[in-house]
Formats: sequence, C-alpha cells, structure tokens
Amino acid sequence: MENLSAGTIPDSRSEQIPGQISSARGNPPISETDETIIGLEVHCQLDTVTKLFCACSTDYRSDGPNTHTCPVCLGLPGALPKINKRAVEYALRVAKALNCEVLPESVFSRKNYFYPDLDKAFQISQYDKPLAVGGHLIIEGENGEKLVRITRVHMEEDPGRLVHKGGVDRARYSLVDYNRAGIPLIEIVTEPDMRSPKEARRFLNKLRTTLEYLSVFDSDKEGSLRVDANISLQPEGWFDREKKSYKGRNRVEVKNISSYKGVEKALTFEITRQRNVIRKGQPIEQATRHFVETRGITTASRSKEEEHDYRYFPEPDLCPLRVSSWVDLIELPELPDARRARFIRQYGCSSNHARTLTGDLKLADFYEKVALKADPLLSATWVADTLIGELNYRDMGIGAVTPAHMTDLINLVESKTITDKNAIDVLRTILDGILKKEPAGTPSQIVARLDLGASESDVAPAAISEVIREQPQAIADYKSGKKGAFMFLIGQVMKKTRGKADPAELNRMLQAALDEGEQ
Amino acid sequence: MARSRLSFSPDDRVNAFLTTCPEPEYGTGSLEGLAIAIKDNISTKGIPTTAGSRILEGYVPPYDAHVVSLLMANGAAIVGKTNMDEFGMGTTTENSAYGPTLNPHDTGRVPGGSSGGSAAAVASGMVRMALGSDTGGSIRCPAAFCGIVGLKPTYGRVSRYGLIAYANSLEQIGPMARTVMETSRLMQVIAGYDPRDSTSVDQPYCHTPEKNIQGRRIGVPEEFFGAGVDPVVAAKVWEAIEVLERKGADIVTCRMPAMAYALAAYYVTCVSEASSNLARFDGVRYGPAVDTKKPWHEAFQERRGTSFGKEVRRRIMLGTFALSSGYYGKYYAKAQSARQQVKSDFLRLFKEVDVIAGPTMPTIAFRLGEKADPLSMYLSDILTVPANLAGVPAISVPCGAVDGMPVGLQVMGRPFEDEVVIDTAYAYEQAVD
Ligand SMILES: [Zn+2]
Repeated sequence: MENLSAGTIPDSRSEQIPGQISSARGNPPISETDETIIGLEVHCQLDTVTKLFCACSTDYRSDGPNTHTCPVCLGLPGALPKINKRAVEYALRVAKALNCEVLPESVFSRKNYFYPDLDKAFQISQYDKPLAVGGHLIIEGENGEKLVRITRVHMEEDPGRLVHKGGVDRARYSLVDYNRAGIPLIEIVTEPDMRSPKEARRFLNKLRTTLEYLSVFDSDKEGSLRVDANISLQPEGWFDREKKSYKGRNRVEVKNISSYKGVEKALTFEITRQRNVIRKGQPIEQATRHFVETRGITTASRSKEEEHDYRYFPEPDLCPLRVSSWVDLIELPELPDARRARFIRQYGCSSNHARTLTGDLKLADFYEKVALKADPLLSATWVADTLIGELNYRDMGIGAVTPAHMTDLINLVESKTITDKNAIDVLRTILDGILKKEPAGTPSQIVARLDLGASESDVAPAAISEVIREQPQAIADYKSGKKGAFMFLIGQVMKKTRGKADPAELNRMLQAALDEGEQ
Repeated sequence: MARSRLSFSPDDRVNAFLTTCPEPEYGTGSLEGLAIAIKDNISTKGIPTTAGSRILEGYVPPYDAHVVSLLMANGAAIVGKTNMDEFGMGTTTENSAYGPTLNPHDTGRVPGGSSGGSAAAVASGMVRMALGSDTGGSIRCPAAFCGIVGLKPTYGRVSRYGLIAYANSLEQIGPMARTVMETSRLMQVIAGYDPRDSTSVDQPYCHTPEKNIQGRRIGVPEEFFGAGVDPVVAAKVWEAIEVLERKGADIVTCRMPAMAYALAAYYVTCVSEASSNLARFDGVRYGPAVDTKKPWHEAFQERRGTSFGKEVRRRIMLGTFALSSGYYGKYYAKAQSARQQVKSDFLRLFKEVDVIAGPTMPTIAFRLGEKADPLSMYLSDILTVPANLAGVPAISVPCGAVDGMPVGLQVMGRPFEDEVVIDTAYAYEQAVD
C-alpha cells in the first residue's frame, strides 16, 4: 500500500524499498483484549460512458474480447492519453462527498511494472500528488456512530484482464482482453480506523451507497469494486496511544477481495490465522496475502512477486490537474445521512427504517415514490420489512417491482380491503409471477381474481357456528384444557373464511363463542 | 476528392530509406504532389513503422500520426520511411537495426542522427522535404552534418500524436528541407493544435520567412564556443554570425552557466522516460511471436535481451536505475531541477536578446565507427540539448563547409517564436545565397 500523504517528496521513497520488513516490532502474547486494526484501500470503477484516456465505450461486459479498444487503450506506440473530463468530475464529487481537501494541483504518474494485462507496462495513476487528501466517512460502528478517516483519494486507469479458458489451472495459454484497460478507477485509502471485519463491511456498504447517491458508481456491474485490506492484531490501546509509530505486531495486507461479503470473510479468516500464529509464539511477518473467495481463506503470496519497485515518475504526456475553481462549482446531491434524517423528519420513519431505506439509493427512491401516494408510515414498514424480506428470500432486487404495485397494495391494506396476511399473499403472488415471467397483475386484480377481499361481517359468525357444530371432539379437548385445540379450531374457521377475516378479530369472536357455550 | 499517384523509385545509395512506397497517392493542397519522407518513428497507417528497431519488425500501425494526416490532407505524397538510430537513441544513425545511413557528402561519414535517414534523403535529392523528430538534437544534428535546414519547433507546437515516444517531455516532430523557405512551408502544414495531445498548444504557424533583421539582438553564449568545439567549426559559425551583424543585427556575447548541467540533465531525463516508454515491447503484441512454450516472464526477458540493440539496452538500464527507489532523488529529481535552471538561463537571456546563436554541432560529421565510445557520442550533443530541455524553438541552417563537410549555424528563440528563428535563419541564407 502506498500510504502517502500530500506533499511527500518522492525523494524519500522508503515505502517502495522491496521486501523491507521492520525488525523492531514486538511480539507480545495473545490476549482477549487485543484490538483488531483494519485499514482499507478500495478501488471502484467510475461509471463513465467512455474510458479515462480515450473515447472507447466502457460498456464492454457483454461484448467479445478486445472489441472496446483503440490505439490509446491498447498502448500502441505513439498513442497519447487524453484525460476524460467527466471522470475527473466524478472523482471530484467523491472527494467532496468524503469531506476531503482537493489539492490545487494533482499529478498523474506512471507506475511501472511488467504484466501482460498492462499493455503499456505502466499504469497511469497518481502518486505523490493525489487528487484529494484528508477526508472522512461516518459509519455505523460496533459502538454507535464512528468516523473513519480517509487518507487520500486518487484516480487511475484499470488494466486489462487475463482470461484462462477452462480455469487458470487447466488452461494452456493466458488470453488477454484489453476491453477493461483504461476504465477509470478511483482509489480510496482509509486510515486504520476500523476495529472489526463487520466495521470494514459497513464502511464498504456506506461507501458504496455514497458513491451511488453521487451517480458515479454502479455496484451491480461485475468487478466494479476491488478491495485490499490491512489488518493487524494489537494489544489494547497500543495503537491509539502511539499512533502510526507504535511498536506493535506487523500488519498483513490482504489483496484480491472483490465483494462486500468477501471483505468480512477474508478479515475474519485472517484474524483467526494471526491469532493462531501468535498463540504459537511466532511473529507475524509483514506480508501480502491473497484472498481466495471460493474457499474463504487467505494464502501467502510468493513474496518475490510482490517486491515491486514501481519507479513512479510524473506522466510526461499529461498536464497536472488544476481543479481549484472547478471544485467549488460541483454541487453534491442529498447524501445518505441527510436523506435518512429527512425520512425521519418528513415521513415519521423510525430510525431503523430510515437507515434501511436510505442504505440503498434505488430502495430510497422506491420508498419515496410509494410514500407520496400511500400512508408513509405503513409504507415504511411494508417496504423496509416485508418487501425487503420477500425480495431477499427470492434473491431479487428492488428493481423487480414497481412502486405503483406497492402503493396499490398498501392502500388496500390501509382501507382494510384486505388483511395483512392476504396482502402478503398478494405480494408473494406478484413476486413469484415476476420470477416465473408470468405477470400476476396488479394487487387489486389479484385480490379480485382470488377473492381475497376482507370478510363481510356475517361470514365469520357463520363459520364459527359451523366449526363448533362439526368439531365436537375438539370442543371437548378445548374444554378439558388442551391448548392446541383452540389453535386447531381457529385454523378450521380460517379455512372456511378463506383468510378473508382478520385473524385477531376471529380469535376474539371464537373465544367469545366458546366462552358463551360454557355458560 | 480526386487523388493522383506519384511514381517513386529512388536510387538510394546511402540507405536513407527503410521502406519506400513506389506509387503513393496524393491529393490537392499546399503540398500537392510533393514527395515527403517520414522518419520511421512516426506512425503511418498501413506502412511498416519500426523506429529502426528489430523489436518492431513487422509492425504496421493501424492509425496515422497527426502530422501524417495533415500532410496527406494538404496533398503531400508519403514516399517512404527513413532510417534512424533505434528509437532515436543516437547521434549517427549507426544504431539502426537495419544498418547505418551514409552521409551523401562523404559516404565514409555518418549523416548524423537520429533523423539521419531523413536528412540524407533530402541532401541527396531523393525528396525535397522530410519529417524528423528531435529529442536532443536529432533533427538539427543531421541537418548540420548533411548541409540542409532542420527545425525543432517549440515544445507543444506540433502534435506528438503517433510519434513513437523516446523521451516525451523533450521531443518534437519537425520539418527538414533544403531551404529555409521550404522548411517554413512544411512547418505551416504540421503545426497547430491537436486535442489528442495534451501537451499540444493552440499556436498555429502561418508565416512567410522575412529576411529583414535590422535591430534584432542576437545573443552568443560563450559556452557554445567552449572546450570540445572544433576551432575550425567555431570560426565558420562566427563568420555566419558576422554576416548577420552586417545585415543589421546586434551581436551580444553572453553567458549560459546552466550549460554545465545540461548534458547530465538531458541524459538522465531521456533515459528515464525511455525505460518506461520501451517497457511495452515484451514480445506479446509486437514483433515476431515469442517462444510460447516458455513462461511469459522468461520469454519476454529473452526477447528484450536479444531484439533491442546495445545502445537501447544501455539506456533502458540507465533509466531504470535512475528511477529506482533510493536513486530517484539523486538522479531524476535532480535532473528536473537542473532542467529548470537551463530554462531560467534561457528566459533570462531572452529578456536581453531576441535569439541565441552558435554552432549546431561541435564538429563536422564523424567518420563511420568513430564514435564507438558512447560517452564521446553523448558529449557531441552538448550544443543541441539545451533547446530541448527548455522547450524553445531551434533551427540549424547550413553555414559553409570545413574539409568539404557542411557546418550548421544554430539559432534558438523564445518559446512560440519559431517565426523569429526561421526569419533569422532566412536572413543568413539569403545573405550568402
Ligand atoms: Zn480506447
């Protein structure tokens, strides 16, 4: 990790010395009170229409290899990069939303290394003069709200991709696809402020939500997020007291994490692994490990591969970025925290519902559309609890349903046209229909078709009388004190009313009928 | 637009061309039907472009350099690609993987470099004009050695899009021709803004050379006549400066102390940039296929070890070292501050004078094989590299001969005053014509 702050003079680039392992680290015995110290380095693809340095389209995922390429992103001799203004604007939005200080001048540098997916054999990145430094993001920490400091935000280009037909172990050749080469990336580096894998995941979720609110990132696109994580276990208080110069245990960098869940998994595994090493009295080596997503473990990298001297120097084909006057013109949209506060204020949402609803841009938009035409509080419950639950169960996204359907459904519930229970059935019918690609119609249509309307007042008493007449054994059981008998009887009544009656009301009526019979 | 064809079958006795186009098309415009040769590091769609290197053997660019598009749009006929030191790394054109180019004035001598093929093609009369590129003197040196005119434009004035990079921050494409007028005519076509080159500046060149230099202040730095400059060459150049004085110019002797660091600053900068630029040639995308039975990193090391010439390998290694952690500050960073000093020297002088004049090269053309020692070759660039470090325009115009070999007068000017440099050279040329 290039843990650089602004103004670092490239002269003293000790960070780059390969294989440098500090020998001054202590090795205290493991303790229950040890703290987990986590810092993240997050790479996100900016969702621009064209690449960072050429006019090629970024919409490559469903197309054949090397079809979204040109002399520039293929790194052909003589081709020159030209900065995509929109990508810079997107990056500035991110820097601003993360409360960073945007530097008046930032510089693109070449990061030199050989790898076949890197067509120029250098990546255009930013090094000692990044776009922005010193920000923060507030997350829901283990003990309430928590501020995670952002060290720096910089821009760089994505390399291409190696493709191994039949899997990396079996393929005889590596194929190279440069469609991804030149996609704009933003790299966000945090201070080591997270104290558990869960906090790391929450940071990522919050970051993702924020980037989506900024309309600069699409988390649905495969490979749009990649994370490297630094993790170490330190005796309680050592880290905070001594800050960066502490003499604690070494940290390990886990690379190659490409999902939100993966971060939590990789870090949880790494904690266990480091604990075991310390327990055996062995030192933690400062090292880079790779996360193997399919197996949920981290493996040691052959250290030589990681010992890069990137020989950074300013990219002579690009001018320094001077964006001071531009930054002030960039207006940010309402961000997740502000929207959450507004949901509580404007719609009376509970704090939990507001957090759930604003935790995803599409969900928040969906809710607002529903809440404008249906009771906002009822809508909050139905969207945040019921709908999300049913969607998750089916592995569906919020995009599957329309706000109009939800509005219709909630209005049917509010007017007591249908019971909650039947409303859930209607929702399930809709979702199952979508999954099967057989649209089930609007909630009103479904209610009419399946005759799920709430009971008329005389349906329930008739059904109760019938059940009492038909089930003498159960009545006898109930009277002898068997608790299950009442539930059985209720079930029988509901069968007759076909779920149209309100269960609570039925309960009361059956109880009354039975009590009456006793007298 | 109707396009016609030219017939081109030169008797190339000096190995000036790497590729010739026997029947090139041409259109209408200011350069209509004019045969123009292009240095082989400038990309030409459909015409092999090797930059004088084995590692690019068989590479045919799928696109035209910006300057090539401009030439064709103005009616020029691209008749071939000219020989050069591999990737521009040399002062003699002996470092080409395809054999040296010979000097048309004496085939026992080099034509200078790295644009030696272009200079020889013009000097021998095979073409009237050619494009070269100048990283540290690569247009001016062969122009001086072959007795033609060559201009290194102000950095940013001509698009580099399509020029195979050697040292991006130093180099410019520029015109080479037999006369200042023709050089100016070619410059008019190739100069101008190109949005694809971020270092391009919107400063078109629309100018007809003007020979009146009454009152022009010409600075002559002592350092341009210092140790290493052949006294006979120095005398020839002084004669030329006196011609300008007789035409009404004021001659001011001055000093340029940062010249002491120029060569070191230049070489550290260019080898550093080159080590990065040339890293892409790994046998995966260019040149004959590597042995795929070998692991990739072994195959590409072998390719780079055998397909790059000795001088290229030397400069890649030097550049890799100069950028290495722990050495960056000592070399690259220091070179950049020395470069700033050279720039300041120029800007300071340009407050007092309009142009700076001196010899282009310290000697006449070397004999073939004479500069076998790389260091002595590097030293011969001392008078041309300052203009590249400062990004200022510089021209070499023939000013007589020593032992039958041409000598070049160099004139440097303020940034974006290529016109003044051209005019000064034109005034001299017309005065002695
Ligand atoms: Zn492209």
